[in-house]
Amino acid sequence: MNDMKSMSDNTPSSPERRRFISAATVTAAGVTLAPGVMLIDVAHGRPEEQAASSAVRWGMLVDATKCASGCDECVSACSTENGWTPVAESAHPKQAPQWIRKLELQDPLTQAETNLPMMCQHCEEPPCVDVCPTGASFKRADGIVLVNRHTCIGCRYCMMACPYKARSLVHEPLNDTQKPDVPRGIGCVESCTFCVQKVDRGDGTTACVEACTASGHNALVFGDMNDPESEISKRLRELPTKQVRADLNLNLGVRYHGI
Amino acid sequence: MAGKIKRLLALGAVVLTTAALAWAGSDDQPKASGAPKPVITKAVKGEQCVEPNDFMRRNHMKVLLHHRDETVLEGIRTKKYSLKECINCHASEKTGSVAASKDDFCVSCHSYAAVKIDCFDCHSTKPQGSMAMHPLNAETAHYAHKLAAQANSKISAEEMAGIAQ
Ligand code: SF4
Ligand code: SF4
Repeated sequence: MNDMKSMSDNTPSSPERRRFISAATVTAAGVTLAPGVMLIDVAHGRPEEQAASSAVRWGMLVDATKCASGCDECVSACSTENGWTPVAESAHPKQAPQWIRKLELQDPLTQAETNLPMMCQHCEEPPCVDVCPTGASFKRADGIVLVNRHTCIGCRYCMMACPYKARSLVHEPLNDTQKPDVPRGIGCVESCTFCVQKVDRGDGTTACVEACTASGHNALVFGDMNDPESEISKRLRELPTKQVRADLNLNLGVRYHGI
Repeated sequence: MAGKIKRLLALGAVVLTTAALAWAGSDDQPKASGAPKPVITKAVKGEQCVEPNDFMRRNHMKVLLHHRDETVLEGIRTKKYSLKECINCHASEKTGSVAASKDDFCVSCHSYAAVKIDCFDCHSTKPQGSMAMHPLNAETAHYAHKLAAQANSKISAEEMAGIAQ
């Protein structure tokens, strides 16, 4: 495991190099389809009038060997970005919405501890979408699984169907405490959106990833898994990773290393 | 008889037109008897709405509905017809919101027309970077949690840094 860790630490990731690579990608990604018709790189800085594209598949890599015990920077960053009350401060913690959770696992045989964040895995074959009676649960073209609150009836089928306990129902009125970019409301189910408001803005990252990187742990990488030159694709090529409950064959958008 | 009915109808038409004109003319608030007329405050920002006022009064719900589906399902976030942009321009200077008090832009007309809006069960009624002073507006609510979390936390920042190494 230590070898693994040092290997991942050696990944060339100097900002200059990354900038050079992404510049190269942008040039390469502008493909001429026909005279005057260009297919422009959609992953980074998609114009606001352009729909999310299936050329992109957003995904996340969690390096559990770097995820620190006692740290919950990703969780509080999510709560701040998306406006949900941290569970500890909720009047009803057992039913409080939770978009991302920090898990600390211990192997009963070896006592080895593993730390990892758990959230919606943005399944390619999402069971939540299969069971939704209204079509409110849906997968966007770029692989982000969302709830359309305009059609969600709060039946909670999706909560039961999700193998990862990723979804929550909002039980109480939010009294206009929502963030302007993140509508949420009573009677609707919600879960991690991969910070879709940031993705659409062209940030190319999520609040949890920013916070983890800022805290110096660097356990999370977000990016386009369809782009072979993206940082996440490179790391996924180098590191052995697992999907949680891979036996379910859901082709997850979140991959874990070191579990 | 027929003449009388005609005259009555004509009178009715005149009354209706006057009422409609009075309602459309937003600047001078008519204080006619009957139901209080909606208060239509001029948008704080911007000179002209994305469409003429008459069109928006009748059709804002249609364009909003169309835009909402494009945004949620496809991720198209153009500014025209975006509810967020309506709020950015129309939030009241007093409450910083389009729906906090009964004279705020959205609520004022909707209560006059007796149409319940549920947009604000989920959407914030205040613009980003709110001008409101209310301690629990959408911009500041999360700081309360953050502060409380720090107060409750048993692990100091230094200890947290120690764990990282
Ligand atoms: S992890 Fe759960 S909520 Fe997320 S896409 Fe899969 S089934 Fe749906
Ligand atoms: S709670 Fe909403 S999103 Fe979930 S299955 Fe029911 S209608 Fe669909």
